[in-house]
This record gives sequence, structure tokens and C-alpha cells, in this order.
Amino acid sequence: MNRSLATERPDSLDSLFALAQSMAGGDAIRDGIVRDIYQTSRNICREAVRYEDPKKLESTYRLDKIVTSPIWGFPIMLAILGVVFWITIAGANVPSGMLADMFGVIEGYLTAAFQAVHAPDWLHGLLVLGLFRGTAWVVSVMLPPMAIFFPIFALLENFGYLPRVAFNMDRLFKKAGGHGKQALTMSMGFGCNAAAIISTRIIESPRERMIAILTNNFVPCNGRWPTLILLASLFVAAGVASQYHTLVTALIVMGMVLIGIVVTLSVSWILSKTALRGVPTHYTLELPPYRKPQMLKTVLLASKDKSLSVLTRAVVVAAPAGVITWILGNVTVGGDSILNHLASVFQPFAHTLGLDGYILMAFLLGLPANEIVLPILLMGYLSSGAMVDTDGMDNIKDIFLAHGWTWLTALNMMLFSLLHYPCGTTLINIYKETKSVKWTVLSALIPLSIAVAVTFVIAQTARALGWVA
Amino acid sequence: MRMYTIALAGNPNTGKSTLFNTLTGLRQHTGNWAGKTVLTAAGEFVHHDVTYRVIDLPGTYSLYSNSADEEVARDYIIFEQPDVTVVVVDATSLERNLNLALQVLEMTNRVVLCVNLMDEAKRLGVHVDVTRIRQKLGVPTVAISARNRTGIDELLEQVEKVASGKIIPQPVTISYSAEIEQKIKELEPHILRLLGTRFPPRWIALRLLDGDEKLLASLKAHLDTVAAPGLKEVVPHEQISCH
Amino acid sequence: MASTTIPLSEAKTGMRLVLTGINVQGVLRRRLLDLGFVPGNVIEVLQKSPLGDPVAFRVNNTTIALRREESSQIFGNILGGE
Repeated sequence: MNRSLATERPDSLDSLFALAQSMAGGDAIRDGIVRDIYQTSRNICREAVRYEDPKKLESTYRLDKIVTSPIWGFPIMLAILGVVFWITIAGANVPSGMLADMFGVIEGYLTAAFQAVHAPDWLHGLLVLGLFRGTAWVVSVMLPPMAIFFPIFALLENFGYLPRVAFNMDRLFKKAGGHGKQALTMSMGFGCNAAAIISTRIIESPRERMIAILTNNFVPCNGRWPTLILLASLFVAAGVASQYHTLVTALIVMGMVLIGIVVTLSVSWILSKTALRGVPTHYTLELPPYRKPQMLKTVLLASKDKSLSVLTRAVVVAAPAGVITWILGNVTVGGDSILNHLASVFQPFAHTLGLDGYILMAFLLGLPANEIVLPILLMGYLSSGAMVDTDGMDNIKDIFLAHGWTWLTALNMMLFSLLHYPCGTTLINIYKETKSVKWTVLSALIPLSIAVAVTFVIAQTARALGWVA
Repeated sequence: MRMYTIALAGNPNTGKSTLFNTLTGLRQHTGNWAGKTVLTAAGEFVHHDVTYRVIDLPGTYSLYSNSADEEVARDYIIFEQPDVTVVVVDATSLERNLNLALQVLEMTNRVVLCVNLMDEAKRLGVHVDVTRIRQKLGVPTVAISARNRTGIDELLEQVEKVASGKIIPQPVTISYSAEIEQKIKELEPHILRLLGTRFPPRWIALRLLDGDEKLLASLKAHLDTVAAPGLKEVVPHEQISCH
Repeated sequence: MASTTIPLSEAKTGMRLVLTGINVQGVLRRRLLDLGFVPGNVIEVLQKSPLGDPVAFRVNNTTIALRREESSQIFGNILGGE
């Protein structure tokens, strides 16, 4: 030190800071501090840690050699995705049917009870056909796939596979102008877009975080992909020999997910070239050692938690939605129900998208939660006067067919479900996180216009080529 | 009933959230990837008729304000001054994990080191001499496996002792190069004069030498808040809402 | 044998290097230091991602992936006979 510091008496934090900076002299001291701490840590470890066999410690590296290898990295990723879907679809069928049957029986008793006390028809309609049936459908369609998917997802997460997905896909996200961690927040979206929006906090740069928020919706969340599974298995796979049915359904759902990822990357790319321009920020990603997940505990907790939250949501969202749909379907104005009036308003536009008015209305009423879109649609169809025997879920296909569904309707409804705006909870979270009305609105409008554009092009092409009537 | 506050600090992927869940019975989301705890979660439990409030700080590699997470963790430890800071470290990668532990020890002596994932270490053939670490660091050190619930009783015992003041840990002082030590020595008297002993002067000196402007900003903001009596910073307590 | 100093981005899979310096400033520099990219430390090149970038490195028995933008700014001397 050349200057005599004793004469300098800093009297505020700022001058103290300035003094310290004049003494420090840049990066050297910073490096020195970290190096000395590391040295201390290393000295302690040298005495306190003993490695029995380096080979054992390197088991993670050996697995990574395969899981992130140039040849096997992507095939393994796809295979895992496919297997997860296959297990979910194969496993959910039977319990879904059983739940539907059970609710059907209960509905019978309820109806009998209402008749026994000579309850008015509207009350029976409102409570049994609206509230009870709406809730029952959400539970029987949604609960089994979620109760199977979530534990598997939790196992993969606890095992440590997600960071490998980010590692494999980073180059794509870099090219698209997004942050490498966007692959992680995207993966979280498979579980729940609303939670994934919060998880984007791991992305420090506001620009890249916004891209991650705006594109998170393009991976199907738990509320949507039971819809995808159901539609895929009912229609697209219907022409396939029954032993391959589950497999083909899984492949179609996987295809939808891949489309979602392609859209994610494309939209990220466009955003990073336009509204959210900028250079990718620096990036470090830890690949933590693989850990043996506690199978039973993870499975039990994940299915219990998810089942509970699905049931809660069914009561909170599906029950009122069921009531509203029933009212709309049964209050008549000028000889026709409000529901039918609304559907016919949407019909012309919906038709150009290969959908119908009821479907668009179901998506509109389903804004609070994607889980209720399909049940609302079914209720809409049923109250529209179509005479369909509805003992259970087996007849969903007949209901759809009676309303003129073709493979195009099924395909475009899947695409619309995949691409359209995020659910209400997610939008609320987007607003909370961005504090911006503009970006929240955009986060709904961007996906919506893509959904409209994609389904429009497909519908028009299919019709022009004479593939559908 | 008496109440103590415990902060959980540690690297990402050390099982901090699992320990939090084990202690509080709550269900913080757990997973094996960096940055999954994006919120500061709070919970409570009772042990020997004393209530412990547990704060799960974001998992960080360091406390040198590289990111918002690290600032949250650092500000909590230095300004809220929890009764005990439990530093959770991964037995299978101690070298990097102790880096953070040593940073915490420069900020407070009320620390219990919690060597987690002992079951994984055993599986991977890593032997950790906990006694040795305790001697070297000068703070209570406990080996646990949060997910198997082993070692939790011992951990609680040490936490209780540090919280109640039965044990006053004397942590190791990291010795820096002569040049850095000289500068610390020159800065310390000024720091003592300006800030008193509320914050460890040696640590403040190091942060100032490091040029940590964000800490400077936090310090100023904190001094302003404290100057207005009756105001106490509130810990954000949010839950991820998910369906 | 005189050792050659190369950026980590030029190192081949399986190589081990002693770090000599980091040529970045600010937050990234601190982050890299905190992760163990400290001069004098030994780094092993573990694995390229399937699309060639990023690359995973072994630092203090942990695995950290860096993009080329970052790894080209970190320098080290190759260890061993390679």
C-alpha cells in the first residue's frame, strides 16, 4: 500500500466500498478468495473422505455415456417417452371403465332416489345430470391416467433424468434463442403448466424467461393429455388390429408431444428474432449423479397427491362447470337451448377449422381447467337432443359419431387442445410472474392463433383433397 | 412455548427439500435437478416442547450474489440471523459442497453441518469421516440420510444445543493469502466503526474486497429498514399451486 | 514435457486438464469459480451432448455442462501423455 489508509476515514458505506475497491484491484482478489476457500475445502476432504473404488463413483458417467450418447441419446429419450405413454394408456383403460361403471350405478340410485321423493325434473337435471355427471366424467376420464403418469414422471425426476433431457436438447434451444434451462421448464409443463410457469424462475435473464413462459403451453399438461389419449384411442387407432391398439395410441400421443416440441422451438425462435431479441445468456447445467429413487414411497406419494388434487379440482371446477353446462343445455330461448344457440353461432367458424360449434364452446367454457373440456363437450352433445344411450364411457365414440365426427374432427381437436391457450390457473400465474397484462394476453393469443392457423390449414387441405366429406 | 428459527442452506441436489419435508411433514416438491426449489418455503415442527420454524432456502452453489437465488439465501442468513443455519451437504461430492459450508461459516457460527445422502455415499463406496470434519470445521456435524430418516434424531439434538446456546460453535477461520489477510485487517476497523458487530466484520471486509455491489445495496436497504423501528422483514411464504 | 495450453472447448473427450485461467468477467466468472473451475483444479472432459454442444466436464466429482461460448474462454494444460 502506497497510500496511508489510516488517514482515510470512510464515513459512509459508499466510501467504505470505494476504499475497499481501491485496495482490491480487480479479479485477482476475487479469484484468490474463492481459490483459498476451495483449498481449505480440499484439505478437509483429503483427510475426511476416502474413496473405496473410483469405478463405483463413476457409475453415473458410464450411464451418461449411453443416455447422452450421439447415437442413443435421442432414441432413448423417445423410447422413455413412448414407454411412459404406453404404460399410462394400457394401465388407465380398465380403471377408467370401472370408475365409469361405478358412477353409472350410483347415478341410477340417485335418479331413483329423486323419483322416490318426486323431485322436480329440473332439480334432478341440475344435480344429477349436471353436477354429478360432470364431476363423475372428469374423475373417471382424468384420474386413472394421472394416477399412473405422475408416479412414473416423479420416478424419472428423482432418478435425475430431466437434466439429461436438457443436456441433449440444449443445442436446439440455443439455436432457437432460448435458455438451456427452458428444456427443464418445458419438461415440468408435462406435469402442470401452471407450476412450470413458476419454475421458469430458474432462468435469470428476463428475455429468455419470457420465451420459456410464452411457449410452455405447447407441451400437453396433465389436464390435456387424457383428452389426447382418449381421442387418439377412440378414433385414430380404431382401424388398427386390437393387439396394437395401445401401441398405436401411444405413438400418436407421442407424435402430438413431438409436434408440441417443434412448435415450442419454432415459436421460441421467432420470438427471439422479433419481440424478444437478444443474445443467449451464459449457461451452466449440473448433471447430478443418478440416484436410486425410492420406488414405493415415490409412487405412493405421487399417486396419492395427484389423486387428491384431481378430486379437489373436479369438485371445485368440474362441478360448477357441469351445472352451468346443464343450465345452458336446458334453458330454452325461442324453442332451442342456449347451448345450441351458442353452438350454432360458433358453427360456421368452427367448421373452417374442421371442428364444430360445440367443440369450440367446450374449449371456451373449459378455460378454467383443461380437464373439463371433454366432459363439457359430451354434456353439450347429450343435451343437444341427440338420442344416444349413455350407460357409460363405452359409448363416447357413438356420441361423437352421431354428431358427425370424422378422423379430421378428432385430429384437429387433438391439435387444438395441444396448441390453444393455457388454462386459467396458468394465465393467473403468468400474470403474477410477469406483472404484465400485455404479456399475459399474448401468452393466450399467440397459442390461440397458432391453434387456429394449424387446424384451418389441415381442415382446408383435407377437404380440398377430398379426404373428408 | 419457545420458538427457534432454522434455515436450511445447501447446494442444489443435496436433498434439502427432502430434509425439509422430513422435518416439517409438509410436501415440498422434490426432484433431482438444480434449481427446483424456486421459492423459499417455511414450515414448523415441535421437538422437546420447543417450536422450530424451518426455512428452506433456495439451493445455491455459493452465496456471492451471482443470482437472485443466492441473494435470497445470503440476505436471509445475514439479516434475519436464524437461530441455527443447517448446511446440508452431499456426502458424494463434499469438496464443492464444503465450499458453500465454509462461506456460511464466515457469516455465522450458529451452524450445524448436515452430511446428507450417506446411503448414496455408501452405495458409491465413499467413506466420510464425520468426526474429522467436525474437528476441522469446528461446528457440530451430523451424518444423515433424509429420505431414510436416519440420523434425524442426532441432527435435532445438535440443532437444539446450538439454538439454545448449550453449544457455541467455534468455526474454523479460513486463512487467505497474506495479501488478502493484510487488506482484511486494514478494512476491519472501519467496518467496526460504521456497522458495529452486528455483522461479522471479516466477512463484510471480504465481500467489499470482492466488490459485491448487491450486498452493498442490501446492506443499505436493511439499515434503512432497521432505522424505522417495529418493521421486520417478512419471509416470503408461497406455495406452488398446481392441479 | 512442456504442456500445451488450450481452451476447454478444444479438449477431446477423456482428456484431463489443469486449469490455468478463465477469460470472462462478472457474474459468469464467479459462477464458474463457485462450480470449481478454479485455476489449479483438474478438469476431465466427460461427454459431448448428442448434437455436439454443450459438453459435460467433471469438476470435483460433479458433472457440469458448458456451452462452447463458455468453455472456449476457460484454459488449461493437458495432463498426461496425450
